[in-house]
Amino acid sequence: MAPGLGVSLPEIRLGGRAVLSAATLDFAGGKVTALLGPSGVGKSTLLRLLAGLLPLPAGARVAPADGAPLAGRVAWMGQQDLLLPWLTLLDNVCLGARLRGERPDQPRARALIAAVGLEGREGARPAELSGGMRQRAALARTLMEDRPFVLMDEPFSAVDAPTRHRLQSLAAGLLHGRTVLLVTHDPLEALRLAHRILVLRPGPRGAVPEDLPMPPAPPLRAAHDPAVLAAQAALLERLAEAA
Amino acid sequence: MRPLLAALGLLLAWEGFVRWSGTPPFLLPAPIRVATVLAERWDILAGHAVTTATEILLGLLIGTLLGIAVALLLTAWRGGRRWLLPLLIASQAIPVFAIAPLLTLWLGFGAASKVAMATIIIFFPVATAFYDGLRRTEPGWLDLAATMGASRTAALWRIRVPAALPALASGLRVAAAVAPIGAVVGEWVGASSGLGYVMLQANGRSQTDMMFAALAILAAMAMALWFATDRLLRALLPWQPDALSEHDGGTP
Repeated sequence: MAPGLGVSLPEIRLGGRAVLSAATLDFAGGKVTALLGPSGVGKSTLLRLLAGLLPLPAGARVAPADGAPLAGRVAWMGQQDLLLPWLTLLDNVCLGARLRGERPDQPRARALIAAVGLEGREGARPAELSGGMRQRAALARTLMEDRPFVLMDEPFSAVDAPTRHRLQSLAAGLLHGRTVLLVTHDPLEALRLAHRILVLRPGPRGAVPEDLPMPPAPPLRAAHDPAVLAAQAALLERLAEAA
Repeated sequence: MRPLLAALGLLLAWEGFVRWSGTPPFLLPAPIRVATVLAERWDILAGHAVTTATEILLGLLIGTLLGIAVALLLTAWRGGRRWLLPLLIASQAIPVFAIAPLLTLWLGFGAASKVAMATIIIFFPVATAFYDGLRRTEPGWLDLAATMGASRTAALWRIRVPAALPALASGLRVAAAVAPIGAVVGEWVGASSGLGYVMLQANGRSQTDMMFAALAILAAMAMALWFATDRLLRALLPWQPDALSEHDGGTP
């Protein structure tokens, strides 16, 4: 089971505008935490800070529960699949090892490709794959990194609804046991996948994170569960209010 | 096939015009006359063509390598942008025609001055196109590389350089098209062999048909060079998006 993650941030301003209020957030180990909120509220900023893509502001503290530093233990999955068009599917999945100059673990890569249902397409270039297949390839590449912390920035927003539904089921199984931060615009996605949902509500001093009551069943929740549907309606209204 | 028919039509119209108007051959020789000269003087022309082709290919090779090196230097070394980029642009503000006599003075009447001229002409499109490509890497790819713990060097060689190859390819296509200019300009200024030299000599003696014959060889060489470069680049970069969409409409 992956360790939890404690984050405390000072107020964050980008271009003179407060994007995130001072906040202390605790993400439970091995659980999926979904972050929702209107566009521009700072969800992606938070994720980029944790991924090390933005320098941490002075006074910020990012502390995994096991005491070891976070750097180098994070896998990142973005909105676009970001597959490199000149590499085959197999080489794309092995990208991390190639970039670090390590020998890629090919059997593991092949196993992950099979796990996301792309067996037999290892030699295909991204242009030969459909949008859903490409996103599954990106998921395999993320898992190939085998990191305890996984940051996902609207990972399934670029695919059609049925594909997204299947991808969520797939991801829930494969991400099991990792500490996942999932930024999404889709209330149903958050309710199906997450153990906990945080809504970032814009305030005068930046966005304020608020906890949302969760349906009783554990994830992966069924889309037709009445508790999920009721929570989805409540969440939607709350997001509309926040915007 | 269609381009060939169009060229044939143009040649027929040309031949017809010369015969109908009775234009004297020293003003405008008919295509058949040019072809006859081309066949009769082939032994002389072939030697000069080899000289020019060698100059063009050497210039293309050196110019390309130099262009790639400068683009990489500008990308990898921050100071290089401030120091080298203005110099690079200034170097192109000087017309090659203006420095051609200087290069001949410094490098002599042999091939060196022509290769230098071709190199200068080829270097710029290659360097700017490749540098542009290196700067326009999809930011998401670089973010991904950063989260995967890639060093700057690894990100450059494994992501930015391959991503910039299609841009380099367009630079190379331009370079292949302009390469003959450098060599011929050099031969005009001062040479003892080459197609440019032949054209200058023939022009001085009003042998316009000989001039057209040399021009025909030069045009054929330039086109062959362009198509060879294009075919090679398409074969090397099969994932290049424009190669996929453009090539659906049949052969050019």
